[in-house]
Amino acid sequence: MIEVKDIYKTFGENTVLSGITADFKPGKNNLIIGSSGSGKTTLLKCIVGLHEPTSGEVLYNKENFTGLKFEARVPIRKQIGMLFQNSALFDSMTVEENIIFPLNLFTEMSKSEKTDRANFCLKRVNLDGKNKLFPSELSGGMKKRVGIARAISMQPKYLFVDEPNSGLDPKTAILIDELIAELTEEYQTTTVVVTHDMNSVMGIGDNIIFLHDGQKWWEGTNKEIAHTNNKELNSFVFASKFMLAAREKL
Amino acid sequence: MVSQGIGSLGIICIISVFIGAVAAIQVAFQLVSPLVPRAVVGSISRDSTILEFSPTISALVLSGRIGSSIASQIGTMRVTEQIDALEIMGVNAPGYLISPKIISGISMIPLLVIISVILGLTGGYIACLVSRDIAPADFVAGLQNGFNTVTVTVCAVKAVTFGFIITSVCSYFGFYTSGGALEVGQSATKGVVFSCIWILFADLVISSLLL
Repeated sequence: MIEVKDIYKTFGENTVLSGITADFKPGKNNLIIGSSGSGKTTLLKCIVGLHEPTSGEVLYNKENFTGLKFEARVPIRKQIGMLFQNSALFDSMTVEENIIFPLNLFTEMSKSEKTDRANFCLKRVNLDGKNKLFPSELSGGMKKRVGIARAISMQPKYLFVDEPNSGLDPKTAILIDELIAELTEEYQTTTVVVTHDMNSVMGIGDNIIFLHDGQKWWEGTNKEIAHTNNKELNSFVFASKFMLAAREKL
Repeated sequence: MVSQGIGSLGIICIISVFIGAVAAIQVAFQLVSPLVPRAVVGSISRDSTILEFSPTISALVLSGRIGSSIASQIGTMRVTEQIDALEIMGVNAPGYLISPKIISGISMIPLLVIISVILGLTGGYIACLVSRDIAPADFVAGLQNGFNTVTVTVCAVKAVTFGFIITSVCSYFGFYTSGGALEVGQSATKGVVFSCIWILFADLVISSLLL
């Protein structure tokens, strides 16, 4: 379980996050949603330690992550898998090398064990046989899936996903969402997804946090989101005519 | 190491031969006097090549060749979140990305400078053969006369220092890139410009201290 306690983050005089408090439970798809510039990605980066919060705490299973130094964070980082918005695959490495990279760092596995693990992860994301391709040879959706394969190679307890559907066609986006949901249930990971894609929200949002102007504006499930009276949330969720029409049918 | 060493060999060979040849011709042109022995052209060319032309000009060229490559490579990794991915995995990103480049720079650039010295002097010899302003035998005699090993020490110190400057300065600018493709280009430019300035400053300091 991840607990975020009263996180503030400022860049110079610009306050991006104001007192965010939230719990992210294992086995659930926890979604952070909000319009562009609302602080979603900054919150995610504060949680994983890529940004240091100006004040507040992030606790992984009751252990204060923000108070730890770089070396002391490594044991927790070993339990973290992350899919970045642009996949962030290492360009100079093949698909297989990307996946076994964390295994090289943190495990004593033999070469054949690592290859087996890479094959398993690739099969899990329906990319078996693509081991020797380089990232430049992959489509956007394939890169996302390789990113997920790399993220799950260490069997993480915590899975973070930043904008999984950006730049993908609707069909591939749904496949990626389903894959994330399956992995969350299968491995009981604490999954945190940053998105502004309403298909993801309605499809896999077990617990949804809506950010507005750097503040937590609303929290609930995908079943509750359609019936809320929160003005800002409604203007975000039902911004399109399609969603408005869908709401009337609900 | 392959990229920095073998990859830069071609440009270093070309500029060294030409600079060595030009240096010999210009020194010969300036020392047209019956009072000056013709062999002095060889001595001056040798010392100029070892002390200044090979280490400094090679370093300035290499900062463009290697430095821009390092800055843009690391900068691209930064803007495409590859460095973030390393940090998420608990990898010390500066140590993992920059240290090998610095080690490579301080080992490969001195080797390239040694090659540059040899080719520079060869270029001078070829210039003597072609231009006939000075007899090749006089040039060779000049190379052998009054050789002071301090020049080699200074050359080695400069080469190692310049190797460190090129790799560290350009890595720094690459690592702290933020934004997109435009900023990656700007980081590469800044890295090359600042490493050139530091090379010239270090050149002055080392020369004044060791000579």
